Amino acid sequence: MNNTPQSNNVLEIRDLSIAYEPGKNAVNGVTASVKRNSITAIMGPSGCGKSTLLRAMNRMHELYPNIRTKGDILLDGQSIFSMSVIELRRKVGMVFQRPNPFPNMTIYENVVAGFSLNDIRLKKSQRDEIVENALRNVTLWDEVKESLYRKGTFLSGGQQQRLCVARAIAFNPEVLLLDEPTSALDPIATSKIEDLLGELKKKYTLVLVTHNMSQAARISDDSMFMYLGELVESGRTGTLFTTPKDPRTEAYLTGKFG
Amino acid sequence: MSGDRVTKVLLFISSLTILLLSAGIVISLFGGALPAFREFGFRFIISSAWNPTAGSEEYGAMSFIAGTVITSILALIICIPMAFSTSLFIAEYYNGTRTSGILRSLVDLLAGIPSIVYGFWGFYALRPLMVATGLTDQGFGVFTASLVLAIMIVPYATSLSAEIISMVPAELKEAAYSLGATRREVIFSVVIPSARSGIIASFILALGRALGETMAVTMLIGNANVIPKGLFAPGNTMASVIANQFGEASGLKMSALIAIGLLLFLITALVNYLGKLIIKRFA
Ligand SMILES: Nc1ncnc2c1ncn2[C@@H]1O[C@H](COP(=O)(O)OP(=O)(O)OP(=O)(O)O)[C@@H](O)[C@H]1O
Ligand SMILES: [Mg+2]
Repeated sequence: MNNTPQSNNVLEIRDLSIAYEPGKNAVNGVTASVKRNSITAIMGPSGCGKSTLLRAMNRMHELYPNIRTKGDILLDGQSIFSMSVIELRRKVGMVFQRPNPFPNMTIYENVVAGFSLNDIRLKKSQRDEIVENALRNVTLWDEVKESLYRKGTFLSGGQQQRLCVARAIAFNPEVLLLDEPTSALDPIATSKIEDLLGELKKKYTLVLVTHNMSQAARISDDSMFMYLGELVESGRTGTLFTTPKDPRTEAYLTGKFG
Repeated sequence: MSGDRVTKVLLFISSLTILLLSAGIVISLFGGALPAFREFGFRFIISSAWNPTAGSEEYGAMSFIAGTVITSILALIICIPMAFSTSLFIAEYYNGTRTSGILRSLVDLLAGIPSIVYGFWGFYALRPLMVATGLTDQGFGVFTASLVLAIMIVPYATSLSAEIISMVPAELKEAAYSLGATRREVIFSVVIPSARSGIIASFILALGRALGETMAVTMLIGNANVIPKGLFAPGNTMASVIANQFGEASGLKMSALIAIGLLLFLITALVNYLGKLIIKRFA
């Protein structure tokens, strides 16, 4: 093994290609890495393959039998394709573009949904602790502690999204994948989530797909710029934004497309 | 008049027509049923007498109410596991595959077969099988009728449930998968709870169909005007007795048949109302 588990790179993506239809790669030969306890932003114009790349990292594509994946992704040096998909998804959590709390569950049940869905039995006291911790971590506790037993869908969009983050971190994953988590939210809710992500990177490694360049500049440590399925450029966010190497990156950053 | 107003008036007239039509049906049912209710009072509903002999005429609806309710509920009980598992298979497990497409078309095909053809099949194929089991002498009876009735309502319940199940948003299922849930856990903890009220509604719709189904049941239930003595005994349903007897009926007997029609209408309306209540509670 060339990576020890404590290596600085949590994820190593190796020559990854993904096709929804035979012969048409939505992600084409991407090689990249994601550093521990950092925020890595994936940027690029609409349709360039950001979500497709992100969803490969917890093997979401396997839900759809027509999608073909080539190449490899290593998590702590081990190929994610050699792990059990359930173990992988517990280590690599996901937050979606639109807040999607389970409508048939209360706020409390939503936070511990990862446990109940996996038939993991916990004592009431353990569950209470997990719920309180997760909700405190997403700064939602004070807002919802009086209404834990109401449906999660009663919350505002921003609160729902924080609830979804709480649900994802209740399992204490290593990596959190976020696909445009603020694109459905207003500016105030967005800045709350951004603050939250800054806090969360102390404990977790975050991979953030975003359309919003200033968001990437504000909160990410590293950035990847994708164009037409290819990874054009990646590196420290500061460097990539001030001195892009590729003319396509520069064109995107100056608003020429996307 | 502007086009907008014309549309408005036309829509108003057609809704009014429908309203008047239904009111007309109810009024003429009431009018026709009145002599029977005058003669027998509330006893008409709870009595199981059916004696058309002139002079000692006596009619009661209970045999037929019992026949209708028993066959429909039995059919529903047989239908639920079949329709539920088929709809899960079509809309979730094999959704989007060729197998699912073929199965979907087969279900639609089943829904399109005329009632009388089911009756024929039951008469010539199922009845001899029932005789062979030794449970009944001639193969007619409640169970035979319910079995055919179940097969007839399965397509409705299945295609409606499948529709509801495939409407569960992919993002909810993906959220559950992203938490490490297995397929079974996603289906039982996310898909079914989200689709629950719709699934219940589809079974209530199926029950509504079973209550009013006439031809196939008439051919198989044995047409005995008594409360069925068991699952394999003959009986009669409300729809069947009307279909069988209204041709030669007149006077009080005709009124009794119309009264049975009115009761069937009320029972069906009640079932639909209960269905709506259930949907409201879960939605
Ligand atoms: N389910 C699908 N079936 C077929 N093609 C798809 C599917 N999902 C995405 N694609 C195609 O794959 C390419 C990459 O899509 P992807 O969703 O990864 O883009 P994206 O960068 O996330 O875009 P956006 O910023 O709009 O979310 C696009 O060309 C898209 O049309
Ligand atoms: Mg996307």
